[in-house]
Amino acid sequence: MTVVRTVTSALKPLAHVAAVAAMAVAAQGALASDKVKVGLLSTLSGPGAGLGVDIRDGFNLAIKHTGGKLGGLPADVIVADDQMSPDSAKQTTDRLLKRDKVDFMTGVVFSNIMLAVSQPIFASKTFYVSANAGPSQLAGKQCNPYFFSASYQNDNMHEAVGKTVTDKGFKKAAILAPNYPAGKDALAGFKRYFKGEVVMETYTALNQLDYGAELSKMRASGADSVYIFLPGGLGINFIKQFVGAGLSKDMTLFGPGFSGDEDVIKAVGEPMLGMFNTSQWAHDMNHPANVKFVTDFQKEYNRLPTLYAAQAYDAAKLMDAAVRDVKGKLDDKAAVHKALMAAKFESVRGPFKFNTNQFPIQDYYLRVITRDTKGRVTNRMLGKVFEQHGDAYVGECKMPAL
Amino acid sequence: MTLLLEQALNGLQFGLMLFLLAAGLTLVFGIMDMINLAHGSLYMVGAYLTAAAASASGSFVLALGAGVAGTALLAVVLERAVLQRFYRRDHLSQVLGTFALLLMANEGVRMVWGSQSVPLSPPEALAGPVELLPGFFYPAYRLLIIAVGLAVAVGLYGLVTHTRLGMQVRAGASNRDMALAMGVNVSRLFTGVFALGAALCALAGGLLGPLLAVQVGMGENILILAFVVIVIGGIGSIRGALLAALLVGVVDTAGRVAMPWLFGLALGPEAADQAGPAVASILIYVLMATVLVFKPRGLFPAHG
Repeated sequence: MTVVRTVTSALKPLAHVAAVAAMAVAAQGALASDKVKVGLLSTLSGPGAGLGVDIRDGFNLAIKHTGGKLGGLPADVIVADDQMSPDSAKQTTDRLLKRDKVDFMTGVVFSNIMLAVSQPIFASKTFYVSANAGPSQLAGKQCNPYFFSASYQNDNMHEAVGKTVTDKGFKKAAILAPNYPAGKDALAGFKRYFKGEVVMETYTALNQLDYGAELSKMRASGADSVYIFLPGGLGINFIKQFVGAGLSKDMTLFGPGFSGDEDVIKAVGEPMLGMFNTSQWAHDMNHPANVKFVTDFQKEYNRLPTLYAAQAYDAAKLMDAAVRDVKGKLDDKAAVHKALMAAKFESVRGPFKFNTNQFPIQDYYLRVITRDTKGRVTNRMLGKVFEQHGDAYVGECKMPAL
Repeated sequence: MTLLLEQALNGLQFGLMLFLLAAGLTLVFGIMDMINLAHGSLYMVGAYLTAAAASASGSFVLALGAGVAGTALLAVVLERAVLQRFYRRDHLSQVLGTFALLLMANEGVRMVWGSQSVPLSPPEALAGPVELLPGFFYPAYRLLIIAVGLAVAVGLYGLVTHTRLGMQVRAGASNRDMALAMGVNVSRLFTGVFALGAALCALAGGLLGPLLAVQVGMGENILILAFVVIVIGGIGSIRGALLAALLVGVVDTAGRVAMPWLFGLALGPEAADQAGPAVASILIYVLMATVLVFKPRGLFPAHG
């Protein structure tokens, strides 16, 4: 008992100092809308780093295009690595929220990390603009006024592929995903719009290297089409082995946009030719905002941008528009929310609007991997799959007040 | 029937690649009593060097040779400069030290080649499948891997059982102090063994490159499997490593087909989707645990 009392009395002066300091900080916060602080938390090391690097580069390009500013105020972008681990992502988020006191956050690639950091972000009343992750939870039951998606809801691309495979007249599909929640969601999304027969549905380990066993089963199943949801290196492994096994002659390969994006193409090369994938964006869309983005991205980084880069670019442009709309008064959360919701900027994907769950209602397109006029292996846009498509979870979302 | 044959070949191919990794690991562990977590990094470096040489020269065979030679050279430098200092330390220091090397290797590769994975394709002639039996197709490139893997296994067996160097290696593995007392040049032997292990590792990396993503961190996944193999096989034993690698390869490959099927028969399709893949992915660890229950020192322990 005595021990406790001594400690409290010893802490008393400290507590006073802390209270005064807190007031000073709070006062400073109210005055200082002379710059916009953005916390960009992304996966910048480990096997998923390629995706995070594209998000960072796309975001930085947008800031460069706006002259280093967001909505006319100098932009201070704090880039942090989540190391692809929910734990370290949470710690870093705390630092960004509490020490750096960022005005916006963005950048997370993976949905499991998004779910881990979403609660502290929402609790601190900081707006998060997603440049990729769009888990079903945040679109449905756990939807939140502080979460805006500048990308897509996870199921959307899979739904678009399901519809494409049906529209192209394929009857028997073999479908493959890793054995984790996003993998199951993916195949569920595909099946929601695929009207043929699923002749093989297989879940693989999340760190699987060799797909020999699955390819044998696939050959035996007699499928005419294959749908894979295998992010990053998994997809690269699979596609290399799929083509090596000669299955590409008998079955047509389909994937979501990120399984057929420029990073995967760069790693696999020619075997990717002929693969179909769906996306809300394509680098060869020719409205002015996109042409400028794609041209300058290549000039700046000497490679074609991926979907991730495009989404991050849009996330920055969305913040830019919102800050301009509220004339830099970032403490007026209601006004910032309204401005974000209005999305008054030219998206590289073309026009879109936010649904009531603050996920985009947008068009989805079919792309095929082919050789372009310069002989490069890359994506070509074929046409629209969905027009102004929302998501399946919006009905479950009862948006809480700010 | 063809499905069974195909699975057997897949298991064999996967097992032989694991053997190439495990052979180096088990020798280094068994002879030098050194836990090398950076073993997977040598595999990664081998794959990256092969990919770089392939895109520069256009020849896969040449590139593979360059990748193996380059990695072996790097291993000699690494062993002489850094690892020698760890031999007399305890296992914890070795784990920490080589873990640091692993992290440095990952970041080093990222600095040189970037974060996105680099392309490496099989040679043109082997890119497609071949018809082994009427109506039975198998990827030609996987057959090459099996052939190379078998050749290396035979060569290594000959080296270890029929040469003077092999005798020293075996002596070192079964009783290091006695081998020292009998005048084996330990310093040179250690460097040689380490370089040989690295070369085998790089060979596996280069050969698997056309099947797997060549990317930063590719060594860690496979390192875990290699450790499982040497624990099952008995630390320090080449024969054990070969047998255990094949066992792990076959069990892992067969389990991925058989488990969902078995669960499907017993509990219906829902359970097959849910439990099948989960059980299949832990099967090799179950195998390891079972072996350790009956043979706590592995199948063929090298130390008397």
